[in-house]
Amino acid sequence: MVANIRDKAAIVGVANTAFSKDSGVSELSLAVQAIKGACDDAGIHPREIDGFATFTLDTNDEIEVARALGCGDLTFWGRSHYGGGAATGSLHQAVMAVATGMAECVAVFRALNGRSGHRYSQGVSGELLTADAIHWGWYTPYGLLTPASWTAMITQRWMHRTGVTKEAMFEVARCTREYAVSNPNAFFHGQPLDRDTYFNARMIADPLQLFDCCQESDGGSAIIVTTPQRARDLKQPVVTVKGVAQASAQGQEQMTSFYRDEISDVSEHRIAAGDCYEMSGLRPSDIDAAVIYDAFTPNVLLQLEAWDFCKFGEAGDFVLDGNLRPDGRLPTNTHGGQLSEAYIHGVNGLVEATRLVRGQSVNQPGKQVDHALVTSGVGIPTGGAILGKLD
Amino acid sequence: MTPEEQKAFEDRIYAYVGVKVCERTAAKDAVNPAMIRHWAEAMGDTNPAYTDETWAANSRRGKTIAPPAMMYAWNQEGFTVTRGRASDPQTDMVELFNEYGFTGVLGTNVTQEYFKEVSPGDTLYLEMEIDSISERKATARGIGYFFETLATFSDQNGEKVGTQRFRVLKFIPQEQPTAATGDDKLEVPTRIPSPRGHDNGWWWQAVDEGKLLIQRCKRCQVLRHPPRPMCGECQSLEWDSIESGMEGEVISYTCLRHPAIPGYPKDPVCAVIKLAEGTNLVANIVGCDYDDVFIGMKLKGRIEQVDEKTTLPQFYPA
Repeated sequence: MVANIRDKAAIVGVANTAFSKDSGVSELSLAVQAIKGACDDAGIHPREIDGFATFTLDTNDEIEVARALGCGDLTFWGRSHYGGGAATGSLHQAVMAVATGMAECVAVFRALNGRSGHRYSQGVSGELLTADAIHWGWYTPYGLLTPASWTAMITQRWMHRTGVTKEAMFEVARCTREYAVSNPNAFFHGQPLDRDTYFNARMIADPLQLFDCCQESDGGSAIIVTTPQRARDLKQPVVTVKGVAQASAQGQEQMTSFYRDEISDVSEHRIAAGDCYEMSGLRPSDIDAAVIYDAFTPNVLLQLEAWDFCKFGEAGDFVLDGNLRPDGRLPTNTHGGQLSEAYIHGVNGLVEATRLVRGQSVNQPGKQVDHALVTSGVGIPTGGAILGKLD
Repeated sequence: MTPEEQKAFEDRIYAYVGVKVCERTAAKDAVNPAMIRHWAEAMGDTNPAYTDETWAANSRRGKTIAPPAMMYAWNQEGFTVTRGRASDPQTDMVELFNEYGFTGVLGTNVTQEYFKEVSPGDTLYLEMEIDSISERKATARGIGYFFETLATFSDQNGEKVGTQRFRVLKFIPQEQPTAATGDDKLEVPTRIPSPRGHDNGWWWQAVDEGKLLIQRCKRCQVLRHPPRPMCGECQSLEWDSIESGMEGEVISYTCLRHPAIPGYPKDPVCAVIKLAEGTNLVANIVGCDYDDVFIGMKLKGRIEQVDEKTTLPQFYPA
């Protein structure tokens, strides 16, 4: 039995900062700029925020953020762990707080100087400061050091099982880039990706080449979650959360679940999908558009299967048939994704999914978008959410 | 250096990537028993294949060979180098580094690959180029750049004998704490070790002693890896271990091409390996090209010392 939160929390404000490779400001500055932007979008004052939800990886203490923003009393703060797995995880925290009345107005945010500060592509080399050190120690001595290398291991296996080729990954990269071309806030705005550039790019960790990997970005993203009652009186069309789930599956490791009977099933996403669909009373066919976590191109393919948009082994054909494109069955990552807009750990995805349901995406599909899926990272404890219009 | 100055400097430095340091040049002396004997004595290498002509005559080869690791010695300049070295693109590049304050020099890695044996009478030819220059790095020695030369050795028939990659760090020397000066040995980067705690220290200790162990539940006998304090099947805290025969099969694999991490071989191949005992293990595949690895490939492992401080399971094609 899954919890029933359907329509108990609404997203009323969203915002991104400018995305760049060198923000020139602190991560705290990015966080408060994003949250202030989301408040403005909602038509509320930061003083009305009484709760925060973010990532354990975020360096911005809630009380620092609150002081900088000029917030009043807080009654809730919650953090979600596991890197990009916390994208909808922090939304999950906010929804629980609002649905239970622990807080009335929660700001979900993530802000990082991911390029000019700590770079994720450097992986776990260098100083290991976390309690995960022993876990990473099973991989570091061999040179299996970076997110790309861990994802490559899963991808190689999945390609072997399904026969899917790099043509499908190219379609994910190319199609996502097309969306970024027309998004002025995207790093790759105005820069299409052609076949030669993609296939000739340097190998990062076989079979992942440069353009299979997301960027490293500086920036912040935030959304404001409050009650549907309150949402009705605010500026924007009301977007509610139909379902939101977190999931960690048996044999779960952080990025390195290499000891399961099958290592390429992304079981955690299958659990999150089942819970989200059951919670929302919706099916895959009800989802009109999606923001699917794309730290790497194969992430999208494995999730299309896990979230049941196609059967196992069919994700390659699904994307090659043009289904992720603006006129396709499931327009996906319409902001340009993390591959081509910016890598803000999926919280720019929460912003985009909200805009899709509002009808405000920079690449709004021609068809009606009643429900949008947004998901978190792949290979880690993760989650997803289905957003929709208030019934 | 301002960003503009740095850019101007890097434009000049990176222009050296791919530049030939020397065209194919013959060694001053042909491969000969005297130099082989001096080298083997200095190294303490008593392998009769190098120095014992009678033994070698009865061996499969029928003659002595030069130690493969001696490859680079044949083309060394010798004593004349003390009177100064003729300039070449490499010395020009080093001079440019020095001009900009990168006066520190530290040889970090040498990697040799051997393709063919040579014997007395053969002549080795050397050609060399500047293969790569890293981006600017902050190292413990100071800010600097790693450059790598690629030397290719061939014999008098033009057949490839081997290659040598030599990586050097050129850096702006920093004031070293007094304790670090004097005759302290320079630190060469090594692989990032696993921290050793209560639940995993014993496993790494066994690797140091040449054994690959697999944790086993004492109550229900189920094997588990990586080690953890409790059995997931029966919740027993009692465990012992078995020694793995180190035979396995590739479940999946990849090769970390970028970024290059100091202390690691170039392009290490990593794999998830299903051991014959049933548990999975992550380790390196060595002894074959990446392109020859496939899912389902059979492997045989050994515990090997891979650098000055690190001992690891390494797997070879079975």
